[in-house]
Amino acid sequence: MESLGADVMLALPEVILLGAASTVLVLSLYAGRAGEALAFWSSLAVLGAVAVLVGFTTTPQETFAFGSLYIHDPLAVAVKLFACLTAAVVFMYARPYLQQRSHARPEFYVLGLFATLGVLVMASAHNFILVYLGLELLSLCLYALVVFERDSSDASEAAIKYFVLGAIASGMLLYGMSILYGLTGSLDLAEISAHLGSRTTDSIALVFALAFIVVGLAFKFGAVPFHMWVPDVYHGAPTAVTLFIATMPKLAAFVMTIRLLSNGLQELLTDWQQMLVVVTVLSVIFGNVIAIAQSNIKRMLAYSAISHIGFILLGILSGSDFGYAAALFYTVIYVLMAAGAFGVLVLFASQGRSMDRLVDLKGLGKSSPWFALIMLLLMFSMAGVPLTVGFYAKLYILQSLVQDGMLWLAILAIVMSVIGAFYYLRVVKYMYFDEPDEQLHVRGPGLAQAALSVNGLLVIVLFVFPNTLLDYCVRVLN
Amino acid sequence: MITLTHFLALGAILFSLGVAGIFLNRKNVILLLMAIELMLLAVNMNFIAFSHYLDDLAGQVFVFFILTVSAAEAAIGLAILVVLYRVRQTINVQDLESLKG
Repeated sequence: MESLGADVMLALPEVILLGAASTVLVLSLYAGRAGEALAFWSSLAVLGAVAVLVGFTTTPQETFAFGSLYIHDPLAVAVKLFACLTAAVVFMYARPYLQQRSHARPEFYVLGLFATLGVLVMASAHNFILVYLGLELLSLCLYALVVFERDSSDASEAAIKYFVLGAIASGMLLYGMSILYGLTGSLDLAEISAHLGSRTTDSIALVFALAFIVVGLAFKFGAVPFHMWVPDVYHGAPTAVTLFIATMPKLAAFVMTIRLLSNGLQELLTDWQQMLVVVTVLSVIFGNVIAIAQSNIKRMLAYSAISHIGFILLGILSGSDFGYAAALFYTVIYVLMAAGAFGVLVLFASQGRSMDRLVDLKGLGKSSPWFALIMLLLMFSMAGVPLTVGFYAKLYILQSLVQDGMLWLAILAIVMSVIGAFYYLRVVKYMYFDEPDEQLHVRGPGLAQAALSVNGLLVIVLFVFPNTLLDYCVRVLN
Repeated sequence: MITLTHFLALGAILFSLGVAGIFLNRKNVILLLMAIELMLLAVNMNFIAFSHYLDDLAGQVFVFFILTVSAAEAAIGLAILVVLYRVRQTINVQDLESLKG
């Protein structure tokens, strides 16, 4: 890639998304009352267009642009496709909720588009600068989204906690990057990798820098012991925003971890493996155990998210190509399940009643059988019950662990999954075996309901054909 | 003679002050924002020192990006703070405890 034109062509999805998000922002200001509908439909159109464009530029090998700042490889393509899809689905679910709460303002979609742009930038980042810029673009949009309901006391508290802890995470990550820059003399991931491979740099300083980077990543993932913000943010944010935070940043954190630890610091595998073992063990244990004690369903799903993150990191820490592929598979499946579970909550909450407590789900099996069934499928899938794809997601992670000789981690993960099944099944118990306090009938736009039905059924469909997705993940990370 | 080590020590001290400021401060959220800014500036100090020592411009370019982003970050942080104050009539760190479980 010599000329600027060719570079820009390669980064066309990002360029289009940036232009479109800015245009939507300005146009919706002048559109008055129609601004929200305009922003919603044009956001969907833009995300579709970007996804198609990304799909057409699939490449078997790595291509670089802008002096190797920007990388275009199968992993970037895969993450961008999933990110666009996730954003579109989240927008569809969120709209009835926002309209019902009279928070239907175009800013939600604009901020969502910019956050998606941040994920796209991170997916193609091949340099510390681009990793940082993509991360901040995503994070700053999320901080603003949390406080979207401006008169909510809980939301503002959640936002300030998220902001402060997110800023600490960025600071840690940057500090680690600055030390690495001093040791290797470069910000480029390939050059850092080559430098670490060729020469023995001061290993204590390297581990020092690595520790800061791993802490930063763990903060962004929300892994124990850096998880304090996760339950508060999930709880305090409006449910439509929680839906966004539960899905998009997981994809981003996955691709950032692969870029930094695998593409850049694979030479230090044994060092970051040890650090990740601590983080994953704590996440899987604490996430599952504390989730049992929750009475608020958003907090319960937050702790469940922490344990799922533990599983994703278990795949990454095996350090093998199959482990990375299993982690990508798990991330995609988790995003699917989280989108569905919060989608059901958002759908019921958009009928004008709060769905924050577990007891609010009572009797859903009678009053709304179809969506109770969807929720049941998603809960089973999160628990890893066979006949749902969550089973395969966990299986592949365990397989990669056993292949790399970390049997005890696999056994621990299985034991904790069994404990975790308790609180997922409790949701099912509330829905099917308890009498409802009040009748609840789902009305509203068909788009969100249709998408939610597809989302729930995919959990079964992917159980029948897990290999299509797994083969794709393996191909992407080879 | 001021060597690289001096700059790195200064960066480390500033960074530690920033982190300590966040975790020890129990009073005011604005102090948290200042501590965050201090952390990022400590990182900038590291980057500039390394950049000079390695005779490589990339580190200084990164510093420009960090400065810009941290300005945007401060703007969003202060905006959230204004919302918080309007809803709660307080920006005391100890009062941020309604989310529990």
